[in-house]
Amino acid sequence: MVPLDRANVDTDAIIPKQFLKSIKRTGFGPNLFDEWRYLDRGEPDMDSSSRPLNPDFILNQPRYRGATVLVSRENFGCGSSREHAPWALLQYGFQAVIAPSFADIFYNNSLKNGLLLIKFEPKIVDQLIRDAQGKEGYRLAVDLEDQSVTTPTGEIFKFDIDPFRKQCIMNGTDDIGLTLTHADEIRAFETKHKQSQPWLFS
Amino acid sequence: MARTLYDKLWDGHVVREEQDGTALLYIDRHLVHEVTSPQAYEGLAIAGRKVWRVDSVVATADHNTPTKDWDKGIQDPVSRLQVETLDDNMKKYGAKVYFPFLDKRQGIVHVIGPEQGATLPGMTVVCGDSHTSTHGAFGALAFGIGTSEVEHVLATQCMVMQKSKTMHVVVEGRLPTGVTAKDITLAVIGKIGSGGGTGYAIEYAGEAIRELSVEGRMTLCNMAIEAGARTGLVAVDDKTIAYLEGRTFAPKGEQWDKAVAYWRTLTSDEGAKFDKVVTLKAEEIKPQVTWGTNPQMVVAVDGKVPDPAQEKDPVQREWAERALKYMALAPNTPITDIKLDKIFIGSCTNSRIEDLRAAAAVVKGKHVASSIKLALVVPGSGLVKTQAESEGLDKVFIEAGFDWRQPGCSMCLGMNDDQLLAGERCASTSNRNFEGRQGPGGRTHLVSPAMAAAAAIAGHFVDVRNFK
Ligand code: SF4
Repeated sequence: MVPLDRANVDTDAIIPKQFLKSIKRTGFGPNLFDEWRYLDRGEPDMDSSSRPLNPDFILNQPRYRGATVLVSRENFGCGSSREHAPWALLQYGFQAVIAPSFADIFYNNSLKNGLLLIKFEPKIVDQLIRDAQGKEGYRLAVDLEDQSVTTPTGEIFKFDIDPFRKQCIMNGTDDIGLTLTHADEIRAFETKHKQSQPWLFS
Repeated sequence: MARTLYDKLWDGHVVREEQDGTALLYIDRHLVHEVTSPQAYEGLAIAGRKVWRVDSVVATADHNTPTKDWDKGIQDPVSRLQVETLDDNMKKYGAKVYFPFLDKRQGIVHVIGPEQGATLPGMTVVCGDSHTSTHGAFGALAFGIGTSEVEHVLATQCMVMQKSKTMHVVVEGRLPTGVTAKDITLAVIGKIGSGGGTGYAIEYAGEAIRELSVEGRMTLCNMAIEAGARTGLVAVDDKTIAYLEGRTFAPKGEQWDKAVAYWRTLTSDEGAKFDKVVTLKAEEIKPQVTWGTNPQMVVAVDGKVPDPAQEKDPVQREWAERALKYMALAPNTPITDIKLDKIFIGSCTNSRIEDLRAAAAVVKGKHVASSIKLALVVPGSGLVKTQAESEGLDKVFIEAGFDWRQPGCSMCLGMNDDQLLAGERCASTSNRNFEGRQGPGGRTHLVSPAMAAAAAIAGHFVDVRNFK
């Protein structure tokens, strides 16, 4: 796991605006935390593999290479609604983010894309961050089925997730297809709505 | 049972509800712009799906559009492709109305919705943009969504969501002269924190809110998201109705009367229960200036940059230290000692006609300080620009040394050429002062239009309440 010891990490930091010009859903991994991660200024058409890395930024430290869990502080994902933020985190290789709290829109965007967000008490997050900083090779085992996170010493922390979202992350679902199974109800609502507020439909 | 405005709007749009409270919520208005829609339309195409209700869609290109040399088109090929992709999607899928680049009515999506009467009380309004909260100023349930949700709404006209908790932010009393809606909204964020509204829909109420113009209420609700709340709301009153009358997409004739009768019910009932209540006294609010890299890092203009050493919580202390380092500010610096490089008057927070009037009133007959490298005024829409020009505001700004530009998001986020260079310090009427928001390494201080205008003249922050 990577301990990103900052509060209020915003989506502008997760993926800066210039990369939002893309009309694709992929290719954002190399630009995750772009301004913190590289010393030069990133542009959408650059080959990031040859850019100068900021050695002080945590993702660039060799001991955290290949990590799949990110741990950060409160209000993670605040700011812009850009879904490019969870795309970038996932495409970099993160599968889960642990924090005491997440911004609402980011939370939904992440779950829609299968990025697992785990809320823990600030005290637990603090412990995880300190332990990871203190010990090289610190790894967490995240078990979504069991809704638990296990530390290297065997300490187990349970987390909550709504059952529907859990299913979506585990099996992947077509949200739109699911909603469209209620198409008749939507149409019925629409008819009624139109009768009572016709100006909404003119 | 007494219901809040939020309850009423929510109840009026539930198509079905699951046992766990997850609801399918019907969406009346879908605002679309070029940045968060291409992947959604692509998703529709891949799945072979149609747009459920084309006439619910109102679209424009605003984030990537340049603010000068419109005759040259969009120079940046990546930006151009994104805008052209929206053009193509509009051709293919359609909309109630689309204001493309170069159209006279084009502008920032949150400015043109209300301006066109495409945002109405009682509606559910969504947009792939977090500042959709702006539209709550009309007693509409409005919230920002991500791209997957954009696709979901396009295909189904619905959102899958759970009800939020409600927060009543009551601002009692009257605002002192020189203090604006922007200062209220910043003061609220300063008080509850940038995560304080997470999970809540905020309804703003109290004498000071009723006294605000509808445009001021938009400024207020615009930044609900900066307090963490997806939704900001203000109840409908005479001002709301007067603002909408005669607008292009507002109902007419008999329909108008019916609509107005319904809209008048869009207030929280006497005795309705909120999950949380926050109270502020308007008399105590002063012009606000942010000093850090998050909107909650804010103080009054007569205050000082805080000293992180005074902060007991180590996480907060570390955060403040990092912010001061980024902002290149020393603790205890008086706010009015902070010198600026650039001035930006614009964005969906403060680019409407009243904002421009307020700024123009401050700069009239004066000149931008010689130390200011660039002072930009970017109207929120083509119609705002035309209106301002008919009032002669463009001349006031130009004579004072400002650049008078074409509408768009511009330096609010710098997806076009309008950006801060590393190390530059800006007084900005926008809504986010995050690291790099206005350009990598740029330093942003959020203020009201009058405060930005006064800072442009002085070259540093000044208290607009006694600025002559
Ligand atoms: S003006 Fe700024 S905040 Fe508003 S929609 Fe544009 S980029 Fe977003």
